[in-house]
Amino acid sequence: MGDHADSAAWRSSPAAEQVGDGWDHTGSWQQQDGSRRPDTSWQNWQDASGPAAEQRPGGTEHWRPRLESLGLRWSRGSGDGGPFRRERDGRLAGGVAAGLARRTGFDVTTIRVVLVVATVVTSGLCAAAYVVTWLIVPAVGAESSIASKALADRRGIGLAVGLTSALGVMLAIASALNVAWITSLAFPLIVCAAGLALIWRNAPQDELAYVRRLADPVGMVGGGPRSRTVARVIVACLLLILGLVALLSGHERYALFRPLAGIVLVIAGITMALGPWWLRIAKNLVDERQARIRAEERAEMASRVHDSVLQTLALIQRRAADPHQVTQLARAQERELRAWLFDAKAPGSTEGQADTVADGVRMIQQEVEAQHGMSVDAVTVGNCELNDDLRALLAAAREATVNAAKWSGAPVVSLFAEVEPDAVSLFVRDRGCGFDPAAVPGDRKGLTESVHARMARRGGTTTVRSAPGEGTEVSLTMPRSVADRLPRRP
Amino acid sequence: MTSGHPASAGGSRAATTGAPRVFLVDDHGMFRSGVRSELSGEVDIVGEADDVGPAIAGISECEPDVVLLDVHLPGGGGQDVVTAVKAEHPQVRFLALSASDAPEDVIAVIRAGARGYVTKTISGPELVDAVRRVAAGDAVFSPRLAGFVLDAFAAAAPAGMDRPTFDPELDQLTTREREVLRLIARGYTYREVAKELFISVKTVESHVSSVLRKLQLSTRHQLTRWAAERRLT
Repeated sequence: MGDHADSAAWRSSPAAEQVGDGWDHTGSWQQQDGSRRPDTSWQNWQDASGPAAEQRPGGTEHWRPRLESLGLRWSRGSGDGGPFRRERDGRLAGGVAAGLARRTGFDVTTIRVVLVVATVVTSGLCAAAYVVTWLIVPAVGAESSIASKALADRRGIGLAVGLTSALGVMLAIASALNVAWITSLAFPLIVCAAGLALIWRNAPQDELAYVRRLADPVGMVGGGPRSRTVARVIVACLLLILGLVALLSGHERYALFRPLAGIVLVIAGITMALGPWWLRIAKNLVDERQARIRAEERAEMASRVHDSVLQTLALIQRRAADPHQVTQLARAQERELRAWLFDAKAPGSTEGQADTVADGVRMIQQEVEAQHGMSVDAVTVGNCELNDDLRALLAAAREATVNAAKWSGAPVVSLFAEVEPDAVSLFVRDRGCGFDPAAVPGDRKGLTESVHARMARRGGTTTVRSAPGEGTEVSLTMPRSVADRLPRRP
Repeated sequence: MTSGHPASAGGSRAATTGAPRVFLVDDHGMFRSGVRSELSGEVDIVGEADDVGPAIAGISECEPDVVLLDVHLPGGGGQDVVTAVKAEHPQVRFLALSASDAPEDVIAVIRAGARGYVTKTISGPELVDAVRRVAAGDAVFSPRLAGFVLDAFAAAAPAGMDRPTFDPELDQLTTREREVLRLIARGYTYREVAKELFISVKTVESHVSSVLRKLQLSTRHQLTRWAAERRLT
């Protein structure tokens, strides 16, 4: 990690580049010698990458002195001298060029230009080297390279081998047609394809985005999926036409016929032989993906159940002596589980802001049950979005419900909400002690007033019916404005 | 009709006077024993079953007055039991009992022929009362069921206005029925509803039974659509 932190410092303060001793405090950096030739730095590179580094062809080396002698050293800063790592920031694909730039002190763009030129000059070998480097050099901050993971990935290796064999077939066809330039690309092509397949299978999530961009450049073009499909078809047609032209240019039209027929036979033969195997690889990949999804779902389910149901059951066992609290816990858990199973709401997500009348009623129910330890039977008919008027209505209903919970002494409060085209009504009813509206005690009166005032300010009406011993019912009605009457079902 | 039970000869016919004979269908043994202990003394529990097949066989054999039926059973829905038994023994009455809130399940059982719906959180005395009511041929609407029914019939009302309905009698609730349902949804008992509307309890019962009949016989597609919409959410 120290490595990573220092690299960030290096990027963020260009001034530090000039001060050679700015790096001395970390013991791991050796000689800060700006004039050191880049070639010596490959030793570290090879230390990090192990024997597989042998595969790196000379192609990447021979351009360096040449270009330097041509005066291409203009942007050389001081390299950090640390081990070669693929850069995470400022990468285009694998971060190899950015890593090289950081290691050697050259400008990233210079290195990229050089890499592209080298790819053309070496007819693709450099690209293969790039992919191999991507595989065997760990990214900054990563502990191991992708290759070390890929070695354990048998399916990935199978896929790579499958791709290689498919490519081999195509190249055999090309060589049969005497298309020399394709044949010369055979080795780099196969290495790139197999390497990218392994990277795709084993790279961490953040790197996969770059692989995807490499694999599907068209998909990255902006626009909707439709225009992307169009772009893809156009590119595919262009490639097909180019391929056909390349084929036809080397042959007479009719002379092409016999080799083509032969190739079709060869392809058919190879497909017959290897097709099932390719299919199995593809099917394995799909199966594996589905199994992973299932396992993830199961794990999520288990953790949800653990967080909610199992915790509540444990609580209930501990509080078995208090039937009141047990009922309360069981009810709260039941509601939460129901919301998750039937309404697809994550546990706990019903808290916070309600958007609809039904949500609001559910929240009142939940809150009052949790705070006052009594049952609230809530029934909602119809539903609509909340506006300020309806929020006031719900706030008044909440007051009335809390009031009933506090004073009525009844074990159950019924809450009924009905959304009609021209009004929303809410009824809060209990069968508790009730009171005489003509002789209300001060505290009750205060509450009634607050509910009443809240409703009146918004043009709603409040009716309170009660008699001693017969319970209480508060009816709240809020008219809806024309604009809000668009129906909305739950 | 072949029942070896000694009480069945006179008992099932005279259900309203004596203790109703009850058959329990629920896949949870613990819940069955709970209900049995709550109902003991008040009703006569003649049998129980834990799945669709045994339930149909058992009910056909002992011909109870009331079947307490779980909406969800391992071998299918409660409505399968209702449909199968109703064909042979139309006099058997069903009361749906469920922990499920999913309205379409509840409505499905009611439409299959159940006379009412209560939630499993109902108290013992209330359950006894509901069983008696169903045994007497009345409908039992809990506040929640009343809410579902209002919702189902209100759902497509604006859209249904401009569309000819096959049977307006069955496809709409009368103002009075709606009033009764609303009061039930607000938590009123039948007696309280009667007092509120200045009608007799019998009239309330007949309104509720009429709503139940409409719910069961209505062919309006809005009802199906409503259920489908609820399932989607």
